[in-house]
Amino acid sequence: MRRQVEGSKAVAETVARCRPTVVAAYPISPQTHIVERLSELVTVGELTSCEYLMVESEFGALSACIGASAAGARTYTATASQGLLFMAEALPNASGLGLPIVMTVANRAIGAPINIWNDHSDALSQRDSGWVQLFASSNQEAVDLHVQAFVLAEQMSLPVMVCMDGFVLTHAMEEIDVPEQDDVDAFLPAFRPRQWLDPDHPVTIGAMVGPDAYTEVKYLMAQRQRRTLDALAEVADRFRGAFGRDSGGLLRPYRTDDAEVVLVVMGSVWGTAADAVDQLRADGVRAGVLGVTCYRPWPGDALHDALSGIANAVVVNRAVATGPGGVLGQDVHVCAPTGTAVREVVMGLGGRPVTRAGLVDLVCDVLDGWEPAGVLDYRDLDERVAQRELAREEALP
Amino acid sequence: MTLDVRIHGRGGQGVVTAAELLSLAAFDQGLHAQALPSFGSERTGAPVVSYCRIDDKPIRAHDPLDAPQVVVVQDPTLLRAADVLDGLAEDGVVVVNSARTPAELADAGLRLEGHQHAVCLPASELARERLGRPLPNTALIGAVVALTGIVGLPALQEAIRQRFTTATDDVLQANLQLASDAHDLVSEREHHDA
Repeated sequence: MRRQVEGSKAVAETVARCRPTVVAAYPISPQTHIVERLSELVTVGELTSCEYLMVESEFGALSACIGASAAGARTYTATASQGLLFMAEALPNASGLGLPIVMTVANRAIGAPINIWNDHSDALSQRDSGWVQLFASSNQEAVDLHVQAFVLAEQMSLPVMVCMDGFVLTHAMEEIDVPEQDDVDAFLPAFRPRQWLDPDHPVTIGAMVGPDAYTEVKYLMAQRQRRTLDALAEVADRFRGAFGRDSGGLLRPYRTDDAEVVLVVMGSVWGTAADAVDQLRADGVRAGVLGVTCYRPWPGDALHDALSGIANAVVVNRAVATGPGGVLGQDVHVCAPTGTAVREVVMGLGGRPVTRAGLVDLVCDVLDGWEPAGVLDYRDLDERVAQRELAREEALP
Repeated sequence: MTLDVRIHGRGGQGVVTAAELLSLAAFDQGLHAQALPSFGSERTGAPVVSYCRIDDKPIRAHDPLDAPQVVVVQDPTLLRAADVLDGLAEDGVVVVNSARTPAELADAGLRLEGHQHAVCLPASELARERLGRPLPNTALIGAVVALTGIVGLPALQEAIRQRFTTATDDVLQANLQLASDAHDLVSEREHHDA
């Protein structure tokens, strides 16, 4: 049923309809409303057969989920920013052990300087943790991705992170169709773990693996990641059939077919970019937008195909890397077809809004030859402040 | 058809709730709506901004509104901040929580351009009378509803009922009455001026 509801609340109610049996979480803005609502649903008895664990930290939250998942429970947690970093030690254990935990990351900048607002630094810092990382372009997709995440996680025996922009989505009140219980039950079968800890049937999960087999284990994990791309596309197809909505999958193209310039974006900027594209098209500029829904595993072949025949791609990075470009941008560079010029900008760090006007200007600058190639352009930087501080630092003895 | 509303106030005045109420009322009338908060550091008294987009088409954007048709100012001392009236449409309207007149507020920073006009409403005083607390948001949204005509008063009152589910009946009734009082006051005044 379509309702006017806050993103966090819709996600919490959707997660509840996925019938997790263990939820362990520690509050951190902007994720807090999600777990507050879940604990409320458990308390009032709307979410039954679920143990809600109040833990002492994010490290405890993920560790509790790992234990519960290994014991055969459908588990869920949520976090953001430094909370995700506090889980970092345990993240590769969840993926390495093949535990199908689902986690919401309400994307937020990481400190220092401390900043509670939205960018993608937190999730992208964990790109090699072995978790599937999905980015929601809207609150509707955030809700839908959670249902798909449980299906995918349990089918592939892999943990899945559903990333949704903090505040921008979590705290927005919008029209959202929260999947009905019967429909979720029909789409998401009861959890049948591949193996689980049971005193009556002892198994070992997480044995030490030495030099004789570690490479093979890692290789097999990488192969499973590759198969996950196909499985994800298939889950999105089935979801479309069951719910009538186009959510999830690998990429989300909009008006890219004959585009001269395509903006490559992740998360909620997609909708703003789609509006920018419509405005540009009305003025005769052939623009398009390509949303990256699945960031890990990286859908390189799909991205290559999606950009084929497109002269200009501009990657909007919402995190900073100290390597040769942005985090998302590096992957796009490697996989873009020859013939597509890839430019990279940084926009929207720490909650600075990425606006329709800003994206329209960006596309125009690319077409007019104003946007530099081969450098990472801090597009919304206050140059005056930055240059003044640089000069001051250089003047220091 | 679109209506973009930006609400300025201070933490604790119900700035986010005001945007949510308007979005709920619009949704109930079959329109598409989005309430977006722009949180500061969530301190009581700190300046806070929220946005409400209303449209007859589905809403995709999530960027802040840059050209609102309506700006609501819950605390008139915020008028001194340069950005409160930024981007207000040429024929836009400012709703100010004040017992003074727009002319009297000119020195306090209420400087309008072109065909913009201002409506003052003593929302804190009305709330103090009805509610016993100076919480201006339901009265101010009642005024916005009266001025724009895009959403009816009954839809706003239904939104208040939906949003204030944990409030006591006294508080709920007082807020319903505040929305209605403000709506009628502004409707009469605008009718008289026209």
